Amino acid sequence: MSLPDILFYVFAALTLLCGVLVIANPFSRNPVTSAMFLVLTIISMAGLFVLLHAFFLAAVQILVYAGAVMVLFLFVIMLLDLKDEERRRIKKFSLIGGLVSVGSIVTIFVKSILAAQPGANLSAPMLEGETAALGKLLFTQYLLPFEVVSVLLLVAMVGVILLSKKDLK
Amino acid sequence: MTPGLEHYLVVSALLFCLGLLGVITRRNLLVMYMSLELMLNAANLALVSFSRFNNNLNGQILVFFIITVAAAEVSVGLALIVALYRKRQTAHVEDLTTMKL
Repeated sequence: MSLPDILFYVFAALTLLCGVLVIANPFSRNPVTSAMFLVLTIISMAGLFVLLHAFFLAAVQILVYAGAVMVLFLFVIMLLDLKDEERRRIKKFSLIGGLVSVGSIVTIFVKSILAAQPGANLSAPMLEGETAALGKLLFTQYLLPFEVVSVLLLVAMVGVILLSKKDLK
Repeated sequence: MTPGLEHYLVVSALLFCLGLLGVITRRNLLVMYMSLELMLNAANLALVSFSRFNNNLNGQILVFFIITVAAAEVSVGLALIVALYRKRQTAHVEDLTTMKL
């Protein structure tokens, strides 16, 4: 087993472990802890992206998700002052229902992936997700979606400013 | 065993189901929102691995757009949560059962 193979298992285990700790941390019900473990999940996922040779996306993942989005989350958590969250219990009914339904979905997913063998007759991966190739594609074939997405960001910004006004009508 | 496409897809499926479990069991709006982010990230991982193993860059472009849209979505969603909290003083979905403010 070479080093990238070992790193895949390390990063995959880290991603899943931190993902579990985001939704059900046995030690703390505080949303700040969940947010911190979400940051760890995202960073280990960026490691998986690097193993898939998607270097640009790994950088964007860390900058946008672990940087901007999580700072926004932490700001809102601090703003809301959620002290009574720790006293609430998780309802037994929703826990059992969730575990049963999600467990069956996991079984379906994993069984169908293993049965279909989607990677069986693919050639060896040659693709390098380097920034130059990605940028060339983005500014030629995908120019219109790129511009539309920038307009979408503007619309979101205006909407957020409107929503966070003091007297919402 | 060298990790192939199946390994990445299984990790992505498990992560997606973790996010789903979080949305079902947790009742705090912010934690539910974080679980949604988890599901979105699982989809990103599946797209990047498909892109790598099919020797096609289009999947990575799609992930780029998904990350952008997710950033916009998070900002609008959190602004909505803050506006709701200002009106009702709670971020717990069981206290938010009426449509009227």
